[in-house]
Amino acid sequence: MSSAPEPSAARIDVRTAAGGMDVALAGDWQIAAARPSWSAAVGADRPARVRLAMDGVGSWDSSLLLFVAEAQAWCRSRGIGCDIAALPEKTRALLAQLEAASIPGTAPPPHQENFLVTVGIAARDVAAKGNAIVQFVGECTLGLVQLALRPRKFRWRDCIEQMQQCGAMALPIVSLISVLVGLTLAYQAAVELRQFGADIYVADLVGLSIVREMGPMMTAVIVAGRTGAAFAATLGNMRANEEIDALETLGISPVAFLVLPRLVALGLMMPLLALYANAVGIIGGMIVGKGVLQIPPSAYWIETQSIVDLHDVTTGLVKATAFGLLVGFAGCLCGLRAAPSAAGVGRATTSAVVTALLLIIVADALFAVIFNLLRI
Amino acid sequence: MSAGPASPAEVPAIEVRDLTCAYDDHVVLKDVTFSVRRGEIFFIIGGSGCGKTTLLRHLVGLMAPVQGSVNFLGQPFTGADDAQRREQLRTFGMLFQGGALWSSLTLRENVALPLEELTELPPAEIATLAAFRLAQVGLAGFEGYYPSEISGGMRKRAGLARALALDPAIVFFDEPSAGLDPVTARHIDDLVRQVRDTFGTTIVIVSHELRSIYGLADRLIMLDRDALGIVAEGRPAELAAASPDPRVREFLALSPVHGT
Repeated sequence: MSSAPEPSAARIDVRTAAGGMDVALAGDWQIAAARPSWSAAVGADRPARVRLAMDGVGSWDSSLLLFVAEAQAWCRSRGIGCDIAALPEKTRALLAQLEAASIPGTAPPPHQENFLVTVGIAARDVAAKGNAIVQFVGECTLGLVQLALRPRKFRWRDCIEQMQQCGAMALPIVSLISVLVGLTLAYQAAVELRQFGADIYVADLVGLSIVREMGPMMTAVIVAGRTGAAFAATLGNMRANEEIDALETLGISPVAFLVLPRLVALGLMMPLLALYANAVGIIGGMIVGKGVLQIPPSAYWIETQSIVDLHDVTTGLVKATAFGLLVGFAGCLCGLRAAPSAAGVGRATTSAVVTALLLIIVADALFAVIFNLLRI
Repeated sequence: MSAGPASPAEVPAIEVRDLTCAYDDHVVLKDVTFSVRRGEIFFIIGGSGCGKTTLLRHLVGLMAPVQGSVNFLGQPFTGADDAQRREQLRTFGMLFQGGALWSSLTLRENVALPLEELTELPPAEIATLAAFRLAQVGLAGFEGYYPSEISGGMRKRAGLARALALDPAIVFFDEPSAGLDPVTARHIDDLVRQVRDTFGTTIVIVSHELRSIYGLADRLIMLDRDALGIVAEGRPAELAAASPDPRVREFLALSPVHGT
């Protein structure tokens, strides 16, 4: 059994002949192996001409082309003739291609715009995005009106499936985050309040914070990361697979078919999730109350009831519903507008989560102002 | 003496006038004009990147033209209001390159969905029609499968069943045999011919599969990237033999089944 011969190192044999320099290439020229340097080989010589040959070459690849190109460039820069006629024709053809590709100026110049054009394009893009958002909101509103007028035409099956996905399936992570938030709030409060013998007010602080702010907010953040991203990825993939185009060519509105079931599902499930998060958060505070402050759960609960009233719960649930709709809105809009490619889906998903978080924070601030004005 | 109004049979199925298609500032096609007769199998051909799929997307309303108009069956489609547009969309079906089946639905549900959404048929009749369409494309027994559970060729056939669900007057195909083995590609071609012969459906196919072009096309237009439009229009064999444009002759002469 014969094995493949070991490759020999690339080498050159430089001979000075009458009126010039003959360079014979030999050995195996591989791009991954070291190759002779032309400038080192030629040294300080200034021959009248250079002639290259490769009769002794075994296997070769781009490495040999690069060496010959280096020799040609050296000769050209010094006004010395470089004779490659002894090289095989296919090698010369490749060298011509290499030379054409390396001539500066053959590549298109980088696209440069002046400042005004850049601002103009950015303004046009912002206007187009604004237009798309307004159109999307309009379509969603019309869809909701259609839902109210013709509820039988609504895709309840999809909606219920989405409710399960964004509601029931989110319970474990909502439980974990909420109990930890409750525990953390209670610990922080306990350290300070204990100094004044006001241990029992931990229940007040935790109760109000959770119900009015942290419950809805943390639930919305979880839903944004979990469900908003899923909406954007699903719809973005459908865009990439032409499934949304297929709906449009049938005259079926993607908003009515895909977006509304998701928005309705989130709008219905968010208050329930927030209510659940409130309860679990309060339990988290109760665990600290019992374990650290020795407050009996019954006393903790009575104290919580004394400070948290229906208004507090209602405002929290109103916020949660609004946050849910914003998350669904951001996820669906980013998904529907995704570029039809894997990278486009990735960008849509990221954009959906970032947009949703931004909208949640802005909406929360607005709610704070509004509730303050209304003295709720 | 002026000619009277054209009879319905003389009105072209599709009439495209001076259509200019662009992606932002990049014009792909300029002033494209052609018409497709009723019951014709019409190909849009050309090399990669010449704007075939872009033209198709403009025809079916997925992209808006920079200028020009598209009429279906004598009625304006470009610039039509939402109600008219929805009405016209129901007159045609489209088979996308990858099938574009809705991945969360079974094949039966995929075919039934247009009927559920756009007709008032009772569920039992919708189920019957969905099963009939799937059987028509050779997918009887696969009604309960999801798109991810079947092969690419089967997905295309299911896409065709869905495209035919509403008995459209015009069916558009985007590269129907791309990525398919020759036997499956031939099967799709047979289905196309059967649909036209049986129902008189007008068929518009975007393709550069020469075997399909020679086997199916009544007429074709050839697009060219440099010309930004149509460089040839006519019957494939005639163009291959006598087109004055060497690009057209070269494109059509590369067929291994030339003239068959």
